[in-house]
Amino acid sequence: MGILAAILPSVTLLLAAGGEEGGGVHVSDGGALAQWAWLIVVVPLVVPFLIVFFGKRLPFGGWELAVGTLAFIGLYGTALLLQNAANPIATEFTVEVARIGSYAIEWGWVVDGLSIMMYFLVGVVGFLVFVYAKGYMEGDIRFTWFFASFTLFAGGMLVLVSSPNLIQLIVGWELVGLASYLLIGHYWEDHANVDAANKAFMTNKVADAGLFIGAIIMALSVGSFSFHDALAVVAEGDAGSRLAVFGFWAGLALFVGAMGKSAQFPLHVWLPDAMAGPTPVSALMHAATMVTAGVYLLGRLFPFYLDHAGIFAGGVRPIIMVIGGITLFFMGLLAFVQNDIKKVLAYSTVSQLGYMVAAMGAGAYTAGLFHLFTHAFFKALLFLGAGSVIHAVHSNDMSDMGGLRTYMPKTFWTFVVGTLALIGLFPFAGFWSKDEIIASLYAAGQDGSGAAWFVFALAVGGSFVTAFYMGRAVFLTFFGEYKGHAHPHESPTTMTAPLVGLAVMAAVGGFLNAPGIATPFTEWLAARRFPMGDHHAEAVNWGLAGLVTLVLLVAVFLAYRIFAPDAETQADRDRFEIPVLYPILRRLYYLDDLYLDGVVRPIMGPVARLVLWVDMVVVDGIVNGAGVLARALSRAVRGVDARVVDGFYDGLAATTGGGGSVLRLFFTGKVQQYAALGFAGVVVLAVVFVVF
Amino acid sequence: MAPLTLLVALPLLGALAVAAVPRRRPEVIFPLAIAVSLPPLAVVLWILASFEPGDPGFQLVESVRWSAELGIGWRLGIDGISLFLVVLTTVLMPLAIAASKSIVEGRKAYMVSMLVLETGLLGVFVALDLVVFFAFFEIVLVPMYLLIGLWGSERRRYAAMKFVLYTAIGSAFLLAGILALGLAAGEAGGALASFDFRDVAALDLSVGAQRWLFVAFALAFAIKVPVFPLHTWLPDAHTEAPTAGSVVLAGVLLKMGTYGLVRFNLTLFPQASVDFAGIMVALGVVGIVYGAAVAIVQPDVKRLVAYSSISHLGFVVLGTFALTVQGIGGGIFLGVSHGLTTGALFLLIGMLYDRRHTRRIDAFGGIASVMPVYAGVFLFMAFASAGLPALSGFVGEFTVLLGSFPSYPAAAIAAGSGVVLAAVYLLWAYERIFTGPVTEPENEALDDLDGRELAILVPLVALVLVLGLYPRPVLDRIEPAVSAVLERIEAETGHVAPAPALELHVGGGEEG
Repeated sequence: MGILAAILPSVTLLLAAGGEEGGGVHVSDGGALAQWAWLIVVVPLVVPFLIVFFGKRLPFGGWELAVGTLAFIGLYGTALLLQNAANPIATEFTVEVARIGSYAIEWGWVVDGLSIMMYFLVGVVGFLVFVYAKGYMEGDIRFTWFFASFTLFAGGMLVLVSSPNLIQLIVGWELVGLASYLLIGHYWEDHANVDAANKAFMTNKVADAGLFIGAIIMALSVGSFSFHDALAVVAEGDAGSRLAVFGFWAGLALFVGAMGKSAQFPLHVWLPDAMAGPTPVSALMHAATMVTAGVYLLGRLFPFYLDHAGIFAGGVRPIIMVIGGITLFFMGLLAFVQNDIKKVLAYSTVSQLGYMVAAMGAGAYTAGLFHLFTHAFFKALLFLGAGSVIHAVHSNDMSDMGGLRTYMPKTFWTFVVGTLALIGLFPFAGFWSKDEIIASLYAAGQDGSGAAWFVFALAVGGSFVTAFYMGRAVFLTFFGEYKGHAHPHESPTTMTAPLVGLAVMAAVGGFLNAPGIATPFTEWLAARRFPMGDHHAEAVNWGLAGLVTLVLLVAVFLAYRIFAPDAETQADRDRFEIPVLYPILRRLYYLDDLYLDGVVRPIMGPVARLVLWVDMVVVDGIVNGAGVLARALSRAVRGVDARVVDGFYDGLAATTGGGGSVLRLFFTGKVQQYAALGFAGVVVLAVVFVVF
Repeated sequence: MAPLTLLVALPLLGALAVAAVPRRRPEVIFPLAIAVSLPPLAVVLWILASFEPGDPGFQLVESVRWSAELGIGWRLGIDGISLFLVVLTTVLMPLAIAASKSIVEGRKAYMVSMLVLETGLLGVFVALDLVVFFAFFEIVLVPMYLLIGLWGSERRRYAAMKFVLYTAIGSAFLLAGILALGLAAGEAGGALASFDFRDVAALDLSVGAQRWLFVAFALAFAIKVPVFPLHTWLPDAHTEAPTAGSVVLAGVLLKMGTYGLVRFNLTLFPQASVDFAGIMVALGVVGIVYGAAVAIVQPDVKRLVAYSSISHLGFVVLGTFALTVQGIGGGIFLGVSHGLTTGALFLLIGMLYDRRHTRRIDAFGGIASVMPVYAGVFLFMAFASAGLPALSGFVGEFTVLLGSFPSYPAAAIAAGSGVVLAAVYLLWAYERIFTGPVTEPENEALDDLDGRELAILVPLVALVLVLGLYPRPVLDRIEPAVSAVLERIEAETGHVAPAPALELHVGGGEEG
């Protein structure tokens, strides 16, 4: 904090001028509230240390510090959101922390519509999850450590979303990766959990290499790591600029980074395994916030990717759209065959992230980010609901559940609300956000993009998939007869209250951006320092909405027919096991097998051993061979008298006491002979050098 | 006042004091050794405070000529290239000595060796006379040889001999090069020889001479770094050396090589540096991937960290020969950071070895439950070593990547795989040592870190954090000296250091 105090007076204020830079939207500098927003970044970075050192002595084991921090972030985020709604804010503050050559390395915080939305999400959803987590984690042997790591995550996430440049974004990006590693591996006594943590960290590390390279190409093209500087170049639109020329590669590499964090095919494999972490972690990090970092990055750089002339990263956009499309449909299919309720939700998260990414690829800025927003609420709700169920029946397996609607009504009803929001039934939140994405893909297709039609078809199909697997999960969990062995009971109020809070948002949150009714969300997000560019304005296509609603109702009905009647459940499930498809889905398209047997095991096994063999036998063999040769040579020059030197070492040996005998043993003259040889060589070499 | 002479002399005086401890008072040796290792640190703090950040030249220069005819003199100076290596040496040395409590047999000779080693290392970094530099360069060899050969593990003799032979071969070339340079400088100045670095630097060497001399110097330094394929002494030396030996070896000794490459090769042989840069970059990248790959399958955790050093120092070599401010400066920063993180990892491994007398990874498992604080510090350092942002390693590695991308995009991308592999070998080792159930009964009652051990580790944790969060004071002092080296290369060779931007000309760069 001392450093901070010292540099704060030198904070450079970069205030948006409004008008011109704000892209038509009048923007303000946000005043003191924006100026002090660094507090919500710094506090969650300091508090984890307080929790580690003092948490155990506090009445609630450090939880009070953690939840207080999240409450603070939530309130601050809400205040910013309200101010932004009244008077759009777009500003940023930076402090230079280092300079490498011509590159300033800056720490700072952006306060604009996009970052405010993320502050609000992290704070509000985070607060509810932290409240819930107290009950869920009660009695855990590492209760205090859990909340320290979890708060550190919030800090890392805020570093990420507040970043005005790529370096700070990377710092936040890796901090949340660290928190993810620690929390997935929270129960590290079991190797399976640590394997999951390692898988998450390493898969993300592969993607991060892309992020690093993208950041470097971008910086080398722009001359700075700042988003602002890059987007200023984009706004000029000069096709001859470095960024225009190298933009494709920068954009592609950065997207690889986004694919890791946001679990896009084929780098999604870590997210389902990440469910090994405690359920509140799955809810907040691996559903609501952390995994949206990739989507956030695409949003932050949206004008860079949008370019219609195909310069900058415009050429990457179809790739983004198709990757999103593949992810949303095919990863959603995997949820069909999962029996672990958290895995169903995990594949659902991957699929929904696919929707967001596809939207960004289609140029649908607001729709993609609105889905990020609504998804955070209803998916956190579903995870916490699943956690409540797991807490009650002591199992993740849906075959140990069934009939729970009578045992735990609050959990049931909120879970149903979350499900309806997720599958996108009118008028729940997901209806609006998902329909806007589908409408945007449709519009992009009409503009002549064949890829958009393909992804549009996948997105409509994805609605069926989503409704089917969620229907299956609800019917298996809450309907029919209870099949488990524990005695299920409703969870305590500290756990159900957050469910109700999230359910409210899942139910009515869609009206924040209901085209034709009210679209405040669009205006919030429009507050940024550079115009978004010429992208499709969101609209509800009621014809499409009707089609999608029909599709999802059919899917729910099918799920009901297959999974709801408890009698002959097993026989019905067997009938559901479609011959060819089912095994492929059970094996997760063989992707995990491919990575493990095709990449990880060869590298960690044969390849590494081969390199080691080369090292030991070939490289070192030459050395040892040379040693043998040298020894033979040295016998030939035994004329050198070693007595004097030996005497010195014997004297030294005498003073060292015990070591003496050892000393004498190996100072038997070899060194001196080599030295003599060496100096003879030196003379020759020196002569050679002088002559040249 | 002659602060640099004082700095170099203090550890030696300390060594004399330790040597003078009467035989009947062995209990004094350990505290005395720690005490005498602290004054150099105080001097360094004073130097740090009085160092002029923006000055690219040598500061605190001392010059006493010993022989006008031979041109040899006691010439010392410090600049941004050497400053933080000196700091690193004086920071690590007291910690390494404090970590040597378990050395009982021959403790006095051990402590004397450590302190002589410190004098040698400090001398290497501040010497401005080539003969004095060479003398210190060789002095370092003796105590290190003793440390490995006397207080090492089972195969210590083989390791010590290998270490000496390798370095002696390199030294032979180095000495030949120095003699040649000195004679040439003498000829230019009307004397028999001159070994003043500034006289030598003023020489106008032919391209042919530069190439020969570059090879001679580079060979000596490449062995020290070590650069693939001259690295095989390192895993043996590390595995066999006592804890403090490994700490100093990895932390500081290897940096003699990277320091030499910048100080001598880049500065004195600019044309040859430009000509050979591609080869050196390639060797650096091979080292990054190769060291990391071999580290994955090491059953001995100390050997694993040793191979990881080869990988990390590959980054330094890559950056150095990228011939950009970011590359060279990032390399120097990474060298300092590597000294802290790898030094800390060796200290940690030593502490575990003191308890269990084994370093085999499969002898452990699940010990995070018996040593939670130890596990936490180890994980912190593992992440720091793997280049986690906000910690010091990231600053160095990322700066090197940034600096090498414009001239060698393919090399930078390949080096990026080293970042991934570092996470693989460190986290996999962490998993096997610390997580899961406790598998061996011997591990059930291991003591967690005690106060002395924490006092050793906490300064390193703090430095890794501070350098990671606020690297500016360090980078600001490194940069002017590095820029000066680059300006010299540009002036001498016409080689324009790649602008910190991608080349736009048609077909330029990989992306063009």
